[in-house]
Amino acid sequence: MTATSQAPVARAQGPRPDFRTRLQEWIPKLVLSPSVALIFVFVYGFILFTLYLSFTDSRILPSYGWVGFENYDKLFRLSHWTISVTNLAIFASLYIVICTLVGLFLAIFLDQKIKGEGFIRPIYLYPMALSFIVTGTAWKWLLDPGIGLENTMHLWGWTSFQFDWIKNRDYAIYTVVLAAVWQSSGFTMAMFLAGLRGIDNEILKAAQMDGASNWQLYRRIIIPQLRPAFLSAFVILSHLAIKSYDLVIALTGGGPGRATELPATFMYSYTFTRNQMGIGASSAVIMLMTIAAIMVPYLYAELKERK
Amino acid sequence: MKLNKYLKASVAALAISTGAAQAADVEVLHWWTSGGEAAALNVLKGDLEGQGIGWQDMPVAGGGGEAAMTVLRARVTAGNAPTAVQMLGFDILDWADQDALADLNETAAKEGWDDVVPDALKAFAKVDGKWVSAPVNVHSTNWVWANKAVLDANGIAAPETWEDFVAAVEALSAAGLTPIAHGGQAWQDATIFDAVVMSTGGPDFYKSAFIDLDAEALGSDTMKEAFDRMAFIRANVDDNFSGRDWNLATAMVINGEAGFQMMGDWAKGEFLNAGKVPGEDFLCFRFPGTQEQVTFNADQFALFKQGDAVGAEQAALASAILSPSFQSAFNVVKGSVPARTDVSDEAFDDCGKKGMADLAAAASSGNLFGSMAHGHAAPASVKNAIYDVVTAHFNGEYDSETAVDELVTAVEIAQ
Amino acid sequence: MSVASSDSAVRMSRFTRTLIYLFLLLFALFYLLPLFVMVVNSLKPLSEITGGNMMALPQVWTIEPWLAAWSTAQIGVEPTGLRPYFWNSIKMVVPAVAISTILGALNGYVLTKWSFRGDKILYGLMLFACFIPFQMVLIPMARVLGVTGLAGSTPGLILVHVVYGIGFSTLYFRNYYAAFPTELVRAAQIDGAGFFRIFWRIMLPSSGPIIVVCVIWQFTNIWNDFLFGASFADFDSQPMTVALNNLVQSSTGVKEYNVHFAGAILAALPTLLVYIVAGRYFVRGLMAGSVKG
Repeated sequence: MTATSQAPVARAQGPRPDFRTRLQEWIPKLVLSPSVALIFVFVYGFILFTLYLSFTDSRILPSYGWVGFENYDKLFRLSHWTISVTNLAIFASLYIVICTLVGLFLAIFLDQKIKGEGFIRPIYLYPMALSFIVTGTAWKWLLDPGIGLENTMHLWGWTSFQFDWIKNRDYAIYTVVLAAVWQSSGFTMAMFLAGLRGIDNEILKAAQMDGASNWQLYRRIIIPQLRPAFLSAFVILSHLAIKSYDLVIALTGGGPGRATELPATFMYSYTFTRNQMGIGASSAVIMLMTIAAIMVPYLYAELKERK
Repeated sequence: MKLNKYLKASVAALAISTGAAQAADVEVLHWWTSGGEAAALNVLKGDLEGQGIGWQDMPVAGGGGEAAMTVLRARVTAGNAPTAVQMLGFDILDWADQDALADLNETAAKEGWDDVVPDALKAFAKVDGKWVSAPVNVHSTNWVWANKAVLDANGIAAPETWEDFVAAVEALSAAGLTPIAHGGQAWQDATIFDAVVMSTGGPDFYKSAFIDLDAEALGSDTMKEAFDRMAFIRANVDDNFSGRDWNLATAMVINGEAGFQMMGDWAKGEFLNAGKVPGEDFLCFRFPGTQEQVTFNADQFALFKQGDAVGAEQAALASAILSPSFQSAFNVVKGSVPARTDVSDEAFDDCGKKGMADLAAAASSGNLFGSMAHGHAAPASVKNAIYDVVTAHFNGEYDSETAVDELVTAVEIAQ
Repeated sequence: MSVASSDSAVRMSRFTRTLIYLFLLLFALFYLLPLFVMVVNSLKPLSEITGGNMMALPQVWTIEPWLAAWSTAQIGVEPTGLRPYFWNSIKMVVPAVAISTILGALNGYVLTKWSFRGDKILYGLMLFACFIPFQMVLIPMARVLGVTGLAGSTPGLILVHVVYGIGFSTLYFRNYYAAFPTELVRAAQIDGAGFFRIFWRIMLPSSGPIIVVCVIWQFTNIWNDFLFGASFADFDSQPMTVALNNLVQSSTGVKEYNVHFAGAILAALPTLLVYIVAGRYFVRGLMAGSVKG
């Protein structure tokens, strides 16, 4: 990260003695400082606190008996944890890729002077507005073969239709992906749409006059310009994936068996329902380290390259 | 202990922060938010308000109290503990360990709680000789609910032994019905497991496995047998059981799609709500082979320290909870039975009367045991570790042999 | 690139357009399906739900569940419905969204147009802060709120939501302003405009779309938050989601699914409204931006 700060972006204007100018130099930093202070205390301070807790014998409330790496040792002996981490890998990668693709295509298609765009857009967006506490129930019903889609198809005469993933240990995690995509792909669409609308049409026209096909237009000019939108989408989607908690609880409760447990449900369960706060804290630390391992290089590359 | 100091500081901070509020109000954290139970709690509220004590309601539902327990931790950490908190089994002991609960001995002595509350229940309400919480009810969890018309049509009487039960299930299966209605959620799987272990190994085995957490019992052949019986039950539920809410499973029994459901006494509310009459439309009986025993979970209100002395409002709340009139009124609605054994059963229906008689009998013969599935046999960490194994086995991840091994390891890690 | 202009750079055949419409329509159905289930079942008596097909239209239409969810359903010991909690949520959401959006806009502006040594590290740290699991911060946060005397109050909740909202609002505005021509800012600076004047006169007027995106995001997240609302509110400041949760999560009671669905839609109305109203400004903001750009 240090290298980035040395990138020649600084608005190097020669040092001027004028007080007003010096003040102007300081204002931006002053404006930024409350946010930075809040983040340092409430995010990084708390991360340190959690790190400390993960080495203690905390159970129902924080306690300060040092136990070394015992919690980590227990954590990695729990098959529950391994399952959660594997599930997150499957869930997050599918979810992020599918949401990005769906969002991008919907945005591109909606950008074609579609009649009734004002009507369609809110339909794509609204799932984000609903709390999963209850939409989870609706999804659970839809996916339940006994009362949901499968049953309806059977009633409509398509008796060979089968859709029982949610009841199947090997496929249940994909139903979580489906519901998650339903919830947030519309929002991804909005971000890409905002990006698309920000692209200068003149450039596109010029390119078209040079004989570029639609496909080339998108691949060579438009999509590269959507880079910031991709960054936002990636950050937001990965954040949603990692924090997916309500979704799993409402949809499958971690089941069938433990087939859809995720680290977020694991962490909550150990910290709060199983009264093993030490193990919960150690899982949080491992999770943060994993996130850092993925995000830091990505952010580094993204931030370094632009400007 | 460092933590105690920390908590005392919190409590002191609390005394300051609540100084502005009226001293005579109680703030109650609970998760009884659905129609019947909330309405029943309203009786208590009315009772207190009659004595000039205000009721500040702080309901947080979710996960059978899990959400409320999380909130409680935040509240205590912030030095803002509620006056009284609905709580189950080992949670009460844990909080008592943190020296966070008030001492109700004075009220208890005055009203003679020691004589009317069963010992098995006292184990969770009295810590080191101090009453710290007020029990509201006793749910018993080893019930079987059956559709009478379905049983009659197939010539089945209420089964009394495991063998009878197997025969009944097979008869229903042959008749093309779903023999057992079940919802595949960890706590529901474990509720059945409780009863199966009790039935398979008897009360002594249940005690050494789930209460004493004896590794030998947990790893024994009897335990393997219990898992085999779970596998039989698994084979006789429908394909869509996983994730189903318990009340939808109850609906299957009500609608005659299924014969039996193993569920705690709260299932009765669903039958009554559907206009069914106990004894005529539906039957309630103990899980085969556990006629003598009662596994229970009990809702209680733990009273949190608010400064040094027990407040008058806390004493009033505790005594109102244990008053026979509230115990009767509440439990008639809730489907459970009173926490004290001297309450008249007049207002209760057939299943309720049976439940009260069973509880009294079990309490006097030493057959009253805390339910593992509902956190009254072992601490939360162990309970959930057992959940993990039972659920994994029920969903076909482990065979019975592996499940027994896993059970031993899981319980060991959780302790 | 005004929306009204007909000379799009991308041209296609009638056939492709039909395909596109088909595709868009299919997805609209996909998005609407769960809502359909919720609406249909909220208009049925309970017996029809437990006994029948959940996709079927009601045989007996009733708005009883809606009325119950709003004003008579049991939330705690008293049958108050969701109504009293609505105001609690508004009091918390509006300031929290406003503050976090303003901070985000200012941060984005500083980070793109007034870059200084180390700004990217700070930005990276802020972004990474988005990933902190909320379950983890619960206990230390409770302690901080307790010490500062904000526990169990609406200002305390606002603080929490602002803190954990800054990362995202900064992300949105930074990425948006990054594409904003820096020359305009420089020119204004040469004309003698100061930091705030440039922000107010140049940046803000063209920030329509991103303000909309940011507000939608913050509003939705804060409105739908359960964990913080449940943990850091008192009996008299509990937000809507806690009430909704109490409505639907009965542990051992009868589940009235029709009331639950009605309640869920009621609870989501403000967010839906924000989407519809903001959606309009979304387009308008874009057009305004295009004139400038």
